Amino acid sequence: MNYRSVFDIIGPIMIGPSSSHTAGAARIGRAARRIFGLKPDSAYITFYGSFAKTYKGHGTDIAIVGGLLDLDTYDEGIVRSLELAKAQGIDVHIQTSEEDADHPNTAKIELSNGEQWLEIVGISIGGGSVEITSVNGFKLRLSGHHPALLVLHEDKYGMIAQVANVLSRHKLNIGHMEVARKAKGSEALMAIETDQSMGEDVLAEIKAIPSILAVTKLDP
Amino acid sequence: MFKTVAELVELAERENKKMAQIMIEQEVQISGKSKQDIMDNMAKAYRVMEKAVQRGINENIKSHSSLTGGDAKKLHRYIQQGNVLSGIHVLEAVMGAMATNEVNAAMGTICATPTAGSAGIVPGCLFAMAEKLQPSYEDKLYFLFTAGAIGYVIANNAFIAGATGGCQAETGSATAMAAAAIVEMAGGTPRQSAHALSIALQNMLGLVCDPVAGLVEVPCVKRNAIGASIAMVAADMALAGIEFIIPADEVIEAMYRIGKSMPHALKETALGGLAATPTGKALERKIFGVELVKE
Repeated sequence: MNYRSVFDIIGPIMIGPSSSHTAGAARIGRAARRIFGLKPDSAYITFYGSFAKTYKGHGTDIAIVGGLLDLDTYDEGIVRSLELAKAQGIDVHIQTSEEDADHPNTAKIELSNGEQWLEIVGISIGGGSVEITSVNGFKLRLSGHHPALLVLHEDKYGMIAQVANVLSRHKLNIGHMEVARKAKGSEALMAIETDQSMGEDVLAEIKAIPSILAVTKLDP
Repeated sequence: MFKTVAELVELAERENKKMAQIMIEQEVQISGKSKQDIMDNMAKAYRVMEKAVQRGINENIKSHSSLTGGDAKKLHRYIQQGNVLSGIHVLEAVMGAMATNEVNAAMGTICATPTAGSAGIVPGCLFAMAEKLQPSYEDKLYFLFTAGAIGYVIANNAFIAGATGGCQAETGSATAMAAAAIVEMAGGTPRQSAHALSIALQNMLGLVCDPVAGLVEVPCVKRNAIGASIAMVAADMALAGIEFIIPADEVIEAMYRIGKSMPHALKETALGGLAATPTGKALERKIFGVELVKE
């Protein structure tokens, strides 16, 4: 069940013209900004498939940049997002790719700011709903509908149990969880969707676990 | 919990409730929010829809490309002259649908129902029905929950995006959603709602997504218009006791299979259909200075 809420169908409230190519793009951009956690100074955006063919007419470029500015789908600032990004010192590059993507509406976003770097791939599955399908090369599926935790850690035993323990102590229920790693024993990523939103105290506790490298919270 | 139209109808019949109430109860369960919060959320969507229709009828809406805008206003004037052929409420639904979709094309604020490209049909029908039946505010919101319940089933069993299933997935879903909600608001049974949904959707099957210059304008605005009229007529048919022999869930499945086998050129790529006509290509060059989409 990709669509869980009636408001996935009646909604989102948004700036036109396309829920998949405009609102979905804004949500992918916003997820990237939230995962990155700070204002990027450069953004390379690559469009694939239908996004690549029709992004100009749908304002997919301004929507995704609006999302990078942390704007919601209905924020009228989206219409002026390219100027706003420039004013904030964000260097935006838009490119298209002929490469085959798994989904017709796929965007890759690479953000950087000094030492910090993030690459995410998102797909817009229709009606404004999106999935994040890759973070820094780790393949996963995050709907963006629920509060989520991204935990980057060393790939070794007991990590999952320790994180789950913290969540359990705070009475946070896990709705969906995925683990991904690039190679055995290297870095791994846990993506955990929870039913309730998490406080900063929970994040701090998880961050304090040895061998945890980074923790990011993603609110819908 | 329901996943199919059959389950939704059965739940509504067994508990003697409206489909809207079943949807609200499921939403409470899934989201963990209170019924009041959920009603308030829908009220927000309702206000956005109302504002978009008013803008489309009263303001001089024009999209950036100048391809669309102003037709809802024309129809408004025509209706006011009082000499319409196909029935005042049908045309009001058509007007509201066009108004909304014109505002969408002009990058105005709308509520996707289920998508932005098909955002006109459900509100168009809702406001026409509200004019005709003078329902309570709660019943207007119920209309949206019932439409949402049908869209929820379609989205989870088929698709609602033009890029994945063609226009039948977008305006087809919206037309089916509206047809079922109209029947419920007019006092029909859940079973009649399901028949209206089937009658509406069977008439949208195979509809391709072929936006001229890749824009959500042509043919979208007028497909929203005619979608609204199909929803109204399908609802009338169902209320007259007319049934459709293929069950709603199978019609939805047929839509899914048709969309799966539809060529890429007819799924929002602007490579086929109306987008590939000589005039369609000429408009694309005029708007963007270059031919944007090449095979």
